[in-house]
Amino acid sequence: MPATVDTATLATVRVRFFARYAELVGRSEAAVSLPLPATVGDVVRRVREDFPGARALPARPLAAVNLKQAKLEARVQDGDEVALLPPIAGG
Amino acid sequence: MTYLTRDALSVDQLVAQVAASTLGGTCVFLGTVRNGPDEDGVTAIEYSAYEEMVEAEFGRLVADARDRWPEARIAVRHRLGTIPVGEASIAIVAAAPHRAQAFEACRYVIEGVKQRIPVWKKELRVDGSEVWVDPAGRPTAKPSHV
Repeated sequence: MPATVDTATLATVRVRFFARYAELVGRSEAAVSLPLPATVGDVVRRVREDFPGARALPARPLAAVNLKQAKLEARVQDGDEVALLPPIAGG
Repeated sequence: MTYLTRDALSVDQLVAQVAASTLGGTCVFLGTVRNGPDEDGVTAIEYSAYEEMVEAEFGRLVADARDRWPEARIAVRHRLGTIPVGEASIAIVAAAPHRAQAFEACRYVIEGVKQRIPVWKKELRVDGSEVWVDPAGRPTAKPSHV
């Protein structure tokens, strides 16, 4: 962590991967810390940087925060669960 | 209330959940695993889900349907796991005083599932290959000759 980052402004979010995305990343979840304010899009960028397999994820995937679909511009808070969702194919 | 199961779906059970003496029309929709001419030898589909969100989102979807058709009663169940061709992956039952609301509510729920419910499917094929399916119903990585 850079020394200039105030630890009080850091948020840790639980990121979950499903289906094809879980296969690409090679895991079903990860903890990601990033400075606030932060958005879902920031979480996606961090994941794509930190996990080699995640570079194959789309830059703008469908996402959910705390069990509800969210735009990439939506803010995240410490303790949030951010899910990256492949195109929905239920039914 | 759970909207998910790993067991075979029971239409009778869902119909019993919504039946009422005031409801004269009941519409049942079954989504069934298919191996049609557009599929390449599908033997089964493996369904997976973001289960906690499925439960939450189904709750919101059914509530939205009830707002639109307040007199309708709706029951829905999605099956997960490996489902062979010919067996149902989803069952929706909508009962209403008259048939129009029953059809409309049932249609609303299945269209909502396609848009909102985080479930994914992987086709298991007779040649042993496995292919994720995209939302348009086509595999993500079709062979080049198709």
